[in-house]
Amino acid sequence: MIIGKVTGTVVTTVSHPHYNNYRILVVQPMIFPGDKADGDFIAVDNTHAGIGDMVLVNREGGGARQVLNNPDACIISVIVGIVDSVFIAEEYISG
Amino acid sequence: MLFGLVRGNAVCTTKVPGTEGLKFLVVQPLDKHMEPVGLLQVAVDVVQAGEGDLCVMVRSRDASLAMPDVKFVPVDLALVGIVDELEVRPDGEFDFTLKPGWVQYT
Repeated sequence: MIIGKVTGTVVTTVSHPHYNNYRILVVQPMIFPGDKADGDFIAVDNTHAGIGDMVLVNREGGGARQVLNNPDACIISVIVGIVDSVFIAEEYISG
Repeated sequence: MLFGLVRGNAVCTTKVPGTEGLKFLVVQPLDKHMEPVGLLQVAVDVVQAGEGDLCVMVRSRDASLAMPDVKFVPVDLALVGIVDELEVRPDGEFDFTLKPGWVQYT
């Protein structure tokens, strides 16, 4: 799982039936200072997250199918939590 | 899951059994600012997208689960949605960098 920030929303009227009734959001993974903000992806929302929220994202299909309670879902990334606070040891950031 | 812009068709006459009847499209993967990421790829279309459509794509094993009938097919990229509306805020509005120590986000 990774942590990222929601930066956008996607609306699809024509979509695969497994995506019906789910919101789709654009997520940018958090980066270390000095790194480039890339590697963004799309995730299905399971926690009512919104733009600007820091979220916990499961990026694995098996976990996504468990979370969504659908053993055939063609979904990889699911937002499974909204992050309240994060602690990172100083040596990881400065090094 | 990622964005893809449909750039063309791919037609195969000889195909692996199970993939007959599937529509192959040539797509350019895109990031959130609609900048190309990597080279052109071929994706299976299950939502009847056409050239110029911006789509949501799904990768790896989950792509084969998007197939309508036979799920056990050698497919690793599928189009699963056609984007009608996209709102992405500019990067400048957010701080994506991790900071040392305890940081409260809500």
